[in-house]
Amino acid sequence: MSISRDKIEQVAWLARIRLEDSEKEALEGKLSDILGMVDQLQASDTDGITPMAHPLDATQRLRPDEVTETNKRERFQAVAPETQDGLYLVPRVVE
Amino acid sequence: MQWETVIGLEVHVQLATQSKIFSGASTAFGAEPNAQASAVDLAMPGMLPVLNEGAVRMAVQFGLAVNANIAHRSVFDRKNYFYADLPKGYQISQMYHPIVGKGEVSVNLSDGSERTIGIEHAHLEEDAGKSLHEDFQGQSGIDLNRAGTPLLEIVSEPDMRSAEEAAAYLRKIHAIVTYLGISDGDMSQGSMRCDCNVSVRPKGQTEFGTRSEIKNVNSFRFVEKAINTEVERQIELIEDGGEVQQETRLYDADRDETRSMRTKEFANDYRYFPDPDLLPVEIDDTYINAIRDGLPELPDAKQARFVTEYGLNADEAAPLVQSQALADYFEQVARGSGDARQAANWIMGELARLMNQNEVEIQDCPVNAGDLATLILRVQDGTISGKLAKQVFEALWNGEGSPDDIIEQQGLKQVSDSGEIEALVDQVLADNQAMVDDYLGEEVAKKQKKKFNALVGQVMKASQGKANPAQVNEILQQRLDTKG
Amino acid sequence: MHTSTLSELARALEAGETTSEALTRETLERIRAHDGRYNSFITVAEERALEQARAADQARTEGRAGPLTGIPFAHKDIFCTEDLLTTCGSRMLENFAPPYNSTVAQKLDDAGAVCVGKANMDEFAMGSSNETSYFGPVTNPWGDGLVPGGSSGGSAAAVAARLVPAATATDTGGSIRQPAALCGLTGLKPTYGRISRYGIIAFASSLDQAGTLTRDARDAALMLNTMAGFDPKDSTSLDREVPDYCASLDNDLSGLRIGLPKEYFSDELSPEMAEQVRNAVREYENLGATVKEISLPHSHLAVAAYYVIAPAEASANLSRFDGVRYGHRCENPQDLNDLYLRSRSEGFGEEVKRRILVGTYALSAGFFDAYYLKAQKVRRLIQQDFTDAFNEVDLIMGPTSPSPAFAQGDKTDDPINMYLEDVFTIASNLAGLPAMSIPGGMVNNLPVGLQIIGNYFDEARMLNAAHRFQQVTDWHQQVAPNGV
Repeated sequence: MSISRDKIEQVAWLARIRLEDSEKEALEGKLSDILGMVDQLQASDTDGITPMAHPLDATQRLRPDEVTETNKRERFQAVAPETQDGLYLVPRVVE
Repeated sequence: MQWETVIGLEVHVQLATQSKIFSGASTAFGAEPNAQASAVDLAMPGMLPVLNEGAVRMAVQFGLAVNANIAHRSVFDRKNYFYADLPKGYQISQMYHPIVGKGEVSVNLSDGSERTIGIEHAHLEEDAGKSLHEDFQGQSGIDLNRAGTPLLEIVSEPDMRSAEEAAAYLRKIHAIVTYLGISDGDMSQGSMRCDCNVSVRPKGQTEFGTRSEIKNVNSFRFVEKAINTEVERQIELIEDGGEVQQETRLYDADRDETRSMRTKEFANDYRYFPDPDLLPVEIDDTYINAIRDGLPELPDAKQARFVTEYGLNADEAAPLVQSQALADYFEQVARGSGDARQAANWIMGELARLMNQNEVEIQDCPVNAGDLATLILRVQDGTISGKLAKQVFEALWNGEGSPDDIIEQQGLKQVSDSGEIEALVDQVLADNQAMVDDYLGEEVAKKQKKKFNALVGQVMKASQGKANPAQVNEILQQRLDTKG
Repeated sequence: MHTSTLSELARALEAGETTSEALTRETLERIRAHDGRYNSFITVAEERALEQARAADQARTEGRAGPLTGIPFAHKDIFCTEDLLTTCGSRMLENFAPPYNSTVAQKLDDAGAVCVGKANMDEFAMGSSNETSYFGPVTNPWGDGLVPGGSSGGSAAAVAARLVPAATATDTGGSIRQPAALCGLTGLKPTYGRISRYGIIAFASSLDQAGTLTRDARDAALMLNTMAGFDPKDSTSLDREVPDYCASLDNDLSGLRIGLPKEYFSDELSPEMAEQVRNAVREYENLGATVKEISLPHSHLAVAAYYVIAPAEASANLSRFDGVRYGHRCENPQDLNDLYLRSRSEGFGEEVKRRILVGTYALSAGFFDAYYLKAQKVRRLIQQDFTDAFNEVDLIMGPTSPSPAFAQGDKTDDPINMYLEDVFTIASNLAGLPAMSIPGGMVNNLPVGLQIIGNYFDEARMLNAAHRFQQVTDWHQQVAPNGV
């Protein structure tokens, strides 16, 4: 299965990854190879098989509804690139 | 061309758990920005979600209250997109296997009819943070306190056919979630949000028309108005030869119109897939039944009880059960005064009027149930007349004291002393000889009655409204009879 | 001392023959003097390590020492270590010092072990040769210019070079076992859910599992005793008792049933490699085990399924790296999307971008069923193969990798070729089964790994089998020629 330039751009946008034109070219080939390998899956017979999302045959543990976290804003924001008055700053979000 | 409106509502209800749906951070209102955002809520590297049982329980409570199928097995999925208030770059939601399946609610309309509106499903998901646009030198500030708050998204079937139905449905949902105590349902604060999916089609057509989505309408009134204006817009558009676009719109309350949101460059492909950090949620019948046994009396049941226990009819009972608080207030007044019908009249009449005027909810109403009950009793026992009761009520609202205090201070006690009334009547008759003669000379019964009432009016005026009307009628009649 | 195994060091510390501080100083000195050759460390934590060492010695004088107290080791730089740089081999986290500890790091801290530094790795654990690290490639102590395998290449090189006796690592498609094979080490990936993933920077959530790289099975057992166990902060962590993995190391192997999958001895494996592996298995027959051929019929689909599922999960897991709350942020972002686009493109290397794109594609509308869903179905078929096999045998054995250590640069231009390095290891990640690699022979004077795959939670039996093999062979004692 080969992947078109358009599709690469669309997928790159969804993933918010910027690609130079040269990168797009290189990717076209490599991605097509990978997808070609992956296409082997199509040949397998999976009728009636339920998809397996987890290796475990277990169910979700429910946590009691209790507050267990304290305010650690200082610690967490010490690693933040840009904050002000306790808020994380990003370029203006236009609604 | 006859048009039919088709409406479906998606209601997001913020659940009133103590901690977030996937982390142990607090959900309490009013904290400093990011003081309640844990490492999990901040999507820091290596952090993992753990499901809050309270959110599950509340979802089940809701499902039972709308007679829905509760899924014994439900799954959380990742909904992938990028936005400043979405730290993980995906929202944990339930796409394919929601916890609550098909249910229904019944709504009462103003013409007295009842309609059943279907619920397609309800699912759990996490709320996003908030972007603040106060000027940080052209930047926005992100507060993630709200990120991770549990939401129950309730998706209706496209069963509603008018804005009124939609508003009634929304009010019913609001009543249910507040009765259950799973949310404070405050639309102005955002703990309940409504998206309206609206389309039109020629009457008789079975296919649905293209629908538009009006996002985040934040009051019952606005829901009705937004839908009405959108329907108008769509009909006009089609009749002019245009096509309705499937798009997201916002309701502008000032202009009373909807407008299209900025279109995104590529349509969002959310790429839903089961969240591998969470396992399938399995709940058994024991768990569900225990919750069912613990459900409080819900609006429909309460309404039915008000009919049988208090002798109200359905129309009188329906508005009283819109909120738990209002229903409780009513019951207090009804029991305290022994007169449920009067209680209902006062509450849906004068009380409702003042509450609306002053934009006050029942919880903050300055007239307490005990005082209203007392007021009703004072009318019943003749202490004051029905007419003056309204004056007393307004004084109660303004905090001028207890009913008895007010009656005393303002001298509103009804005059029922026959001696006093006789004196008043005699004075009036003496001062209004012309009217007396007019009455006595009248032969047409109807006209006679009118003239009699005019004299009654004079007596009431002379007593500043305090005379007991029944006694006035009786004594006046006696006097006139002796004259005639 | 550096030639000693972890257990030997533990015994020496216990006997008072040395102190942790002395050991740690020697370790740090060795790293300083020799790591230039391998580049196995991204961060060396001198002060922190010495503090830990002193505390360990203190604990010992107070009678509070355990088997790992005072032992120097390395963490793969994917484990969040509180206030110590955790880069995940990426420019994206070049300056990230987590304000929290991963559960694994916490457990080892609590056990008194001494973390001397963070080991180099393929960026975001995506690779099989440790050539994608932002911090430069790692060189195998078995030959300059040879890869150590990946993604846990730094952990493997550090142990193989005898800089440290042990290192933690993670395995998503073979990232512990393949480096173990290429570096002549014992590498253990336990059952999915055995060790907590909390605080491990996520690559593919349903496949990632923490484990160990040590010189022998006893050391692996000692580490596993401490690292394993239920963690309420990880929903995928299983609540299951942790046995003493050392207690059963010497159990007799007679009656042990071993299966060799015929699919693993096909054309991908050179005759020389096959011979080494079969010789190793023959030792087991001498120890009383029976060996038979089994079939895992869907083996040929494992790599394809993995290269849909792992990138798909990774594409979502890596969305959180957006320059907002931590990590790399581009200069002067013009708007929100510019912030995302440039921060991510600058922060991520080529292989990571490639996998994110593959993953996003596999989940996208129109491709979800054909790729992601299909791969999940194939995953179940693969699991079923193992379940069927374990009805007939107790352990499955075979080669770990198709070839011994290859030259740096050999496979960097050909992703598929690189992906095939994991052709024998991937299936056990898909199934969630425990698997390990122990040195089993040599080809061209380079180590060859013997892979042992066990049934769910059967680590004790696997370690027992590995240990007994190591008692009658000395492959695991071969020293890398360029090691210290």
